[in-house]
Amino acid sequence: MSDIAPKELKIVGFLCNWCSYGGADTAGVSRFKQPPDLRIIRVPCSGRIDPLFVVKALLNGADGVLVSGCHPRDCHYSDGNFYARRRLEMLKRLLPFLGIDDKRFHYTWISASEGQRWQQTVTAFVKRIHELGPLNLKEEKQS
Amino acid sequence: MTVEKLKETVLDTLKDVELVMGYQMGFDALHATPLFIRKKEDAERLIWNPLCVHNLTTYLPSLKKSRVGVVVKGCDSRTIIQFLQEGLITRENVTIIGIPCQGIISVRKVLKEIEYEPVEEVSFNSDSMTIKTLKGSKTLKIEDVWPDKCITCKYPTPLIYDYLIGEPVSFDRGVEVSQVIKELEGKSLNERLAYWQKEFDRCIRCYACRNACPLCVCQDSCIAETREPHWISQRLTLNEKFMFHMIHALHLAGRCVECGECARVCPMDIPVNILKKKINLDMKELFGYVPGVNAEDKPPMYTFNVDEVNIKEHGI
Repeated sequence: MSDIAPKELKIVGFLCNWCSYGGADTAGVSRFKQPPDLRIIRVPCSGRIDPLFVVKALLNGADGVLVSGCHPRDCHYSDGNFYARRRLEMLKRLLPFLGIDDKRFHYTWISASEGQRWQQTVTAFVKRIHELGPLNLKEEKQS
Repeated sequence: MTVEKLKETVLDTLKDVELVMGYQMGFDALHATPLFIRKKEDAERLIWNPLCVHNLTTYLPSLKKSRVGVVVKGCDSRTIIQFLQEGLITRENVTIIGIPCQGIISVRKVLKEIEYEPVEEVSFNSDSMTIKTLKGSKTLKIEDVWPDKCITCKYPTPLIYDYLIGEPVSFDRGVEVSQVIKELEGKSLNERLAYWQKEFDRCIRCYACRNACPLCVCQDSCIAETREPHWISQRLTLNEKFMFHMIHALHLAGRCVECGECARVCPMDIPVNILKKKINLDMKELFGYVPGVNAEDKPPMYTFNVDEVNIKEHGI
């Protein structure tokens, strides 16, 4: 690694199997350049994502969390992402109350064909997390 | 007067239910404790005054199959409505004895006022209470020792009942958002994080808040204690405590009726109810939903709209 490259941060991505994971795959197949900070976890549907997944990730050392599912009305299971949208919005509003910048958490909708859009989203999100710096919630001693 | 009428109604109710839940005097003059009335004689011990702080409806889901009666205040009645929304109780099996409430006391605040002296005698007037201790007596305005929930109370008269003891009261103190939330929202992110870390660090994970919560209905299969999935470990770190409180808050999103039991029972005086109140403010703003008000409503996290008017897409 060159000296100029910034230190890699830990960003967790929860992607639904049917759209966004496919979108990320499309981006890979198309050889779009993506930042290496993102660790992708594939879930069956964005409706599978418990807001606690995000909280747990942030408390356990993630510096940012990205959630992506099918566009509303395009859910493979017809309504999973509608439930997800409500839950994730609720969490997005709660995080700043706890003192965690809600910029560290982003949820969006990306379809399997939108490789380009995936690449842009990831790049922009990773850039934003790098601007915010590490979160450091994990650093703590046993009391 | 109210007590006499209450006793009468309870005895009446007892004819066709197995059990009526009310309040009796506790271990000292400053504490009330739940009373389970199965026989006529038990009803003699019934009391009603601002010491009756407990939310007795907590017991209802576990008694779902039996016919029971319960004494409720305005705030407690909202719990019943929430239970009905979620199908946790059967309406026909519950006889609700509602009492319009003028506000209850926070035992914690009273103890602080009397400097934790042992209490000998407590008496109530219309809007004040007199506490006799070994060091003399002190008169407090009930308003000054209200718990947080009475300050923001909008429903002093039960919203659902079979019998109502006394005349309906209505007041709105015009306080929408509790002081703690306002203060916190005026602080920076780092200050807020420091605030919660300081509060949660005191947590001894006794889970009293969860056990007292009427809407924490998973109880023995709570994910805070299951090994599979293993959400939190037994390690005594701030993160585990933080995570536990997140579980409690998020599982109550759009369900919490703000009865304040979690904060009341906390032995470490952690304001655990504040998180839930904050989520409720968002629920009202996003979905126009107030928990425990209309039994026909559906909790917002159990449903969706195809087009959400108030949820905008977030850009990066």
